[in-house]
Amino acid sequence: MKLTGAQALIKSLEESGVDTIFGLPGGAILPVYDPLLDSSIRHILVRHEQGAGHMAEGYAMATGRPGVALVTSGPGATNIVTPIANAHMDSTPLVVITGQVPTSAIGTDAFQECDITGITMGITKHNFLVQSASELPRAIAAAFHIATTGRPGPVLVDVPKDVSQSMMDWWWPSSISELDLPGYQPTVDINQADIDAAVALIEAAERPVLYVGGGTLKSRASQQLIAFAERSNIPVVTTLMARGAFPDSHPQHLGMPGMHGFYTAVMAMQRSDLLISLGARFDDRVTGKVDGFAPEAKIIHVDIDRAEFNKVRRVDVSIQANVKDALIALDASTSPVKNLDAWWKTLRSWQADYPLTYDPPTSDGPLRPQLVIESIARASAPGTIVTSGVGQHQMWAAQHWQYEEPGTWINSGGAGTMGFGVPAAIGAKVGRPDRTVWTIDGDGCFQMTAQELVTARAERIPIKVAILNNAYLGMVRQWQEMFYDERYSEVYLSPDLPDYVKWAEAMGCVGLRATNPQEMKDVIEEANSINDVPVVIDFRTDSSEKVFPMVPSGATNDEIMVHPSQRGKRS
Amino acid sequence: MTTPEPYVGPTAAPVVQHHILSVLVENKAGVLARIAGLFARRGFNIYSLAVAPAEGHARFSRITIVVDADSAPLEQIVGQLNKLVNVVAITDLAPKFAIERELLLATIRTEVDEQTNLMEIIAAANAAIVDVDAHAVTVMLAATPEACDALERTLEGFAEVELHRTGRVALPRLGKVTS
Ligand SMILES: Cc1ncc(C[n+]2csc(CCOP(=O)(O)OP(=O)(O)O)c2C)c(N)n1
Ligand SMILES: [Mg+2]
Repeated sequence: MKLTGAQALIKSLEESGVDTIFGLPGGAILPVYDPLLDSSIRHILVRHEQGAGHMAEGYAMATGRPGVALVTSGPGATNIVTPIANAHMDSTPLVVITGQVPTSAIGTDAFQECDITGITMGITKHNFLVQSASELPRAIAAAFHIATTGRPGPVLVDVPKDVSQSMMDWWWPSSISELDLPGYQPTVDINQADIDAAVALIEAAERPVLYVGGGTLKSRASQQLIAFAERSNIPVVTTLMARGAFPDSHPQHLGMPGMHGFYTAVMAMQRSDLLISLGARFDDRVTGKVDGFAPEAKIIHVDIDRAEFNKVRRVDVSIQANVKDALIALDASTSPVKNLDAWWKTLRSWQADYPLTYDPPTSDGPLRPQLVIESIARASAPGTIVTSGVGQHQMWAAQHWQYEEPGTWINSGGAGTMGFGVPAAIGAKVGRPDRTVWTIDGDGCFQMTAQELVTARAERIPIKVAILNNAYLGMVRQWQEMFYDERYSEVYLSPDLPDYVKWAEAMGCVGLRATNPQEMKDVIEEANSINDVPVVIDFRTDSSEKVFPMVPSGATNDEIMVHPSQRGKRS
Repeated sequence: MTTPEPYVGPTAAPVVQHHILSVLVENKAGVLARIAGLFARRGFNIYSLAVAPAEGHARFSRITIVVDADSAPLEQIVGQLNKLVNVVAITDLAPKFAIERELLLATIRTEVDEQTNLMEIIAAANAAIVDVDAHAVTVMLAATPEACDALERTLEGFAEVELHRTGRVALPRLGKVTS
């Protein structure tokens, strides 16, 4: 069968099981948009290529399947660089296809030429510049294979215009060996000696903690985690990237560790004598000052990526495996564990002394942002998916919403990309149309990518957006208040400019506003009753509210600052 | 070609400051940029780097990288390098288990009357004269990096010297394990 490169590209995507593409056309990718008309694949036309990338991420994080984006060369490609970097940091499987100028024009500074494989070398798991139409099926198949196996990540495929216009004989690689990737071996056999060494440490530990990271979600290991945790009675913390991997309602869950983690989760790690890291990477936002991090803890590090071992912290036992396989092996090998009553007694007393807290709400506003989040959570169906931007609202959303299952919390962890929330919610809703999807967004973040609500309305993707409008780049304001003597530099945004309700309406969405607790309840109820169009709510929240607990940047976790009402409780 | 040796783990010897990584890569456009970019991005230092087709096979190249094992733990360097999809195999050669060689070429501008001195140096270093005219001599030395260092120092005594070195290549010593 003779096909054009463009037809072969679309057929390759179909063969790879793609049901949705997020994209925006232009000159160099034009040939590919023509056969798309005849394909069963749904294309979602975004308003900015950054939106396409974050939607693909949201889709991938909600479904576990790779997200796909299609953009043109030059500025189209550079506009999607931020989501690629974001996906790279958070190990999200993406396949990004970019148009490129014709092969004969490469290197001549042609119109809309840019070296996107060069630009993205350091922020992709791999990338390809396809040289001929007959290579396309292999490149696409290899892109999906690489993006989704081992430690997942973004793969970019750059397709010159003449490649998509020329003819090829259709073929499809029938096996992984035909992908011709001699340097890529994503699977590893677990080394039983490592398991035995880990088991010995677990059986000897008196203050163990299961330090659960995003790799636990990536390997779909929640069931195995629950089983192992319950049998061993070891307390669990879930990082920002792993919220939902272990039910928040589970009595063994201590919550999120890190810079804005729960006091007990932070201190449990800090005082632990054994950290069992499951697909986590000792990020500086979790460790605080590395030198003072968990000084008495031995480390068991489970990761599919060998390069994570000893990168930040010396490990005692490393297990190269995906988290699921490692948990199965550990569970099979660990004999009945030691009595952890003394450890649990300490942990329970910390929980009693330092629960997550905030100032009591007032009846006449401004709203407490934490209360807004708790109220939305209470009013929403179980299994509701939450996405967020980056800032204070993100931390409150990670703290105050109860995550009970995998894939219900979607945020930008490693890169901290403002503007992630709205497009990620759109992608998540496309991937999981059966679920309610809320974005907990900041006013600053919302202004970075809000135009994608036009996409959402046009494509009938009814997400719900809660703007916690504190009129500030709040997280930066918090640092300036606490660490720069309240010298506020370029952080004020205004609560009224833009008018979020009118803006929402202009984009075809329902726009609502709440300034006090009664209005808050009413608009949440109204938003949850609307299922055909996107809803945006402008919640007027208290500008002076800060996120606690907080480990100041550069400090050790021992220097954790709790909420002012809890200070002086204990030394 | 023979199957490349898989990477088998970092060397225990902590005293050496340099390590030789013999890296078999797919011969694809941009592969050198990927490796150079990785080293730059992660703050790993390279002393020298040599690239050549591998074992007469058009599909693969062998890159010999001498790394500064003080700039980052070798385990990190190898682990990150191994993640590059085009990297097929990495052999880590501790210097004491390796045969290392390097090529030095130097043109020394010197009048005929001074050339006797130069000839002695060349002979002592086991170097070869590969080109000559009335005003200059070009010498070549294929030897250990230390021998090349020594010749380079000696030649510093001459006023006008143009000198190039290739950076080292290495293979495991026969009959010894390569860590
Ligand atoms: C693209 C980008 N630019 C800048 C930052 C730095 N930054 C982190 S949080 C933040 C403030 C976010 O403001 P807003 O969305 O209103 O959230 P809030 O903290 O007020 O809840 C800024 C500017 C960032 N993370 N990402
Ligand atoms: Mg704000």
